[in-house]
Formats: sequence, structure tokens, C-alpha cells
Amino acid sequence: MSNFMFLFRGGQTPASPEGMQAQMQKWMNWIQKLREEGKYVAGDPLEGKGKVLRSPNKVITDGPFAEGKELVGGYFLVRADSLDEAATMAKDCPIFETGGSVEVRPIQVINP
Amino acid sequence: MSDPASIHHLVDHFFRHQSGKLVAVLTRVFGLHNFQLVEDVVQSALVQALETWKIQGVPSDPAAWMFRVARNKTLDVMRRRHVADRRDPEWTRFTEGDEGSDPLSSFFLSHEIADSQLRMIFTCCHPDLPAESQIALTLKTLCGFSTHEIARAILTTDVNVKKRIARAKRKFVDKEIAFEVPDGDSLKCRLESVHTVLYLLFNEGYNSSLPHELIRRDLCEEAIRLCALLFDHPASTNPESAALLALMLLHASRFDARLDECGNILLLEEQDRAKWNQELIGHGIHYLNESASGDRISRYHLEAAIAAKHSLAPNFAGTDWPSILSLYDDLTRIHPSPIHELNRAIVVGQLFGPDAAIAAIQRITNLDSLDDYHLLHATLGEFHQRAGRAGEARECFRKAMECTVSPSEQRLLERKLQNCDALTN
Repeated sequence: MSNFMFLFRGGQTPASPEGMQAQMQKWMNWIQKLREEGKYVAGDPLEGKGKVLRSPNKVITDGPFAEGKELVGGYFLVRADSLDEAATMAKDCPIFETGGSVEVRPIQVINP
Repeated sequence: MSDPASIHHLVDHFFRHQSGKLVAVLTRVFGLHNFQLVEDVVQSALVQALETWKIQGVPSDPAAWMFRVARNKTLDVMRRRHVADRRDPEWTRFTEGDEGSDPLSSFFLSHEIADSQLRMIFTCCHPDLPAESQIALTLKTLCGFSTHEIARAILTTDVNVKKRIARAKRKFVDKEIAFEVPDGDSLKCRLESVHTVLYLLFNEGYNSSLPHELIRRDLCEEAIRLCALLFDHPASTNPESAALLALMLLHASRFDARLDECGNILLLEEQDRAKWNQELIGHGIHYLNESASGDRISRYHLEAAIAAKHSLAPNFAGTDWPSILSLYDDLTRIHPSPIHELNRAIVVGQLFGPDAAIAAIQRITNLDSLDDYHLLHATLGEFHQRAGRAGEARECFRKAMECTVSPSEQRLLERKLQNCDALTN
């Protein structure tokens, strides 16, 4: 088993409270499934604000760092046997119903 | 990094009801003239809850979590802009609280939330608002419905709903309407207008021809929830509120029995009484008893008493028709309405036969006003059929079909037409 990171980008927020609850329920169901399979490790949402520093002058700028749909809204740390399996797991993410994307990246392990 | 120890679940309609509470609370903080700001802050609190919870899971006390977020957003707005009216007593209370206390937090105490919601009910049902704005506004602010959901629920277009709400908001901005619970003599008359709106809201869900069963149920549940809030609050509790609540609960108890598996309407005499919700009937009877204090009998008392007679009858044949007729006599006297007279005529038919019922219908005051009402023609058809006049019955059922677009009503009438044919063949 290796660790992978899911980076969630974009996705529409429903306008109505009932729609929000429905969307949240879908995420809850997905997380619940990953947890039951022992694949969910951790996750956090990221705030929409932040700072960016760029070389060489380390000038500090406020966000947005990218277009709204490119903004990372949160991440999951998950366990999977392979990158392919991790990508398959990500296919069930409810973000696709609202136009968002998931980037799946293996956590690098250095074997000396 | 967080790993929630356990998965918490949200109750049904949590976001909707939380939205209703927050809108009421923040309107009290910012004032009705800042209603747009209130809606923006509430929306942003809901979005933050969604974005956080969908990744981290629901916290153990989601309501408190959301209130904290809304409170912080409110403080942010206050720091950035001086939006609140400093002469406003609410603002004074907020800024001049006891040393070391947190006055803004006190707005989020449960009795204060109820108080804010009650003010919102009186505001949305304010007689100075156009009647067609009242229900839309109630659904929007107190029930957390979106424009589209309201349009679907009251069978109109999104554009119409937006117009109705905009008209009301203009009166808020112009400070034509106060965000308060009236007292003294004006309370009585304002309470009447609240009762009317809640009654219409309930009927919209119970009687309307909406194809979506779920949203109809939502409307009835919302009307019951708001009426209970009205009755439970010391400022607005009165026998009429109890009677209205009883009426809603008793009708709601038959919700599951009213349609068959295919969504066809079942008449009272066809319903499986085992499907009537005894718990709701029990609550209904409880509030009917509560309503018996005081010296005024309202239409809600009489309508609830009629509903109770049906709920308590062992079967259709065992219904206490004489008592129901005398309740209808009282009802048509204190609240003359062609619809009540039509319902009374149906009871007359149960007691004295179809010809007596038809005679009673023909005597209805303003019978013309029911010309487009499908139930008038359906009822007439029913009695003609019972009297063996298949031709007249058929004509009435056809007329009824022209007056309704509801698929389930259409199917019911179709069924009746077929019965007519069976009678003649």
C-alpha cells in the first residue's frame, strides 16, 4: 500500500440550501465508502484566500493564484495499491457532477 | 490534518432550516433594510459549511458550528462596514452589552432564535405586502427554499417568484415594514394575517395539483413547523393558532393514504384507514383540545373539529355525519365561502341522498365563482350518478376534466367516466 494525494479543483456550489445538503450527502457517502475500505487517511479543505511568493524577489501577492476553476479547494490523503487503483477510486468523487476535477499524485517515497 | 473520529449525520432539511434561522437572526442584527447583506452573509456561511464538511465530515454539533461561522462573518462585516443603524435598539443592545460578555452570541441562544423567527413570520405575512408576495417570501426566508424550488412549489415561473420577492424587499429597504412582533390590539389582526398565510401554504401542499409528491409534503411540513413555532411562542400563542395546528396535523395524518401505488387519488371512502398516521392524529386531537380555551370560535376550530370527526370514525359508514353537518352549518355562518358550502352539500348527500345534495349545491351563494372549480363539477357528477342519471353525470365529469391539469385528478375523473359507461351499458 502506498499513499496518494487527491487534489480537488473547482466544482459548482449549488444555489439552494437543499441542493447543498444533497451535494454534501454525496461526498459523505463517498468518504464513508473509502473509510470502510480502509483507504481514507485524512483530508482538509483549503481556504480560498492565501499568499503567493515567487522567486527571485519573493514578492508577496494575495490570491487568487489561479482561475477559480483551477483553485485547489481541498485534498485527501488516501491509501491504494497502485496509481491506477487510486485513480479508479477517484472516479467516484461527486466533484465530477459539478464540473470539478481531481488530481491524483503519488506521495514520493525514497528508498535509500 | 484531520481525521474525523466518527461520521455524523445531518437531519433532513438541515441546511434549509438553518438558513431560515440564520436569516431571521441576522435580520435582527443588521436590520430589515439590510436584507440583501443578510442573505449574502447567510449564503456564505452555508457555503463554508458545505465546503468544509464535505471534506472533513459533519461536526458533532453542526448547528453550533454554523452559528459560530455566521457570527464571525457578521463581526467581519461589522468591522469592515458600518452597516448597522446605531440608533437601533438591537444595535445598542449588541454594542453596549455587559462588560466581558459577548452580546452578538446572545442572538444565537435558542429562545432568541425563536424570537427572531417569530418576527420574521410576522414580517413575511405583513398585510402591507402584496398577498402573492407573502407565501413566496415565507418560503424563501423562513424555509430556505430557492427561487426555483418556490416556483415549482407554487406552480409559477422563476421570474414571477423573483418579482414577488423583489416587491417585498423594496418595502424592506424603504423601511416601510418593521421587524417586530406586534402587541396589543394590532397583534390580533396581524395574527389573523399570519394564520391565513400559513393556512394557504398548507393547502398549497395538500390540495394542489403538483406532480411532485415530495415538494408537496415539504410545504405541508413547513406550514406545520411554522404554526408550531407560532403556538409555542408566548407572544403569539392563542387558541386559534392551536386550532390551525390541529387542522394541519389531522389532514397531514391522511397523507400516505390519499394516493394509491400509481399516484391515483383515493377518496375518503376508498382510503385504507390503517394507513392514517395515528401519531399525527393524536397530536392533532391534543392541539384541538388546547384550542378549546377562549370564547371565540374561528373557522380553524370548526375545520379542525370536522377533520377530527373523520379521523375518529371507525370507517366511512360509521362517520358521525349529523355532527359534521352541524359543524358545517356553523362554518358557513361564521366564514361564508362557496367552497365550504360545497363541502357541506357533500355531507347533506351522505345524510339525505343525492337529490338533496344537488339542491344544496344549487343554493350555494355565488355559485358562479366555482364555475372553473373542477371539484364542483366532479361533485355534481358524483351525485347525478348516484341518482342514476348517467348522462348528466358524464357531462359533469367531462366539464371537471376541462378544469384541472393535474394528471392524478384527470385519472380519477377518467375512472368515474368509465363507471358511468358501465352504468349505462
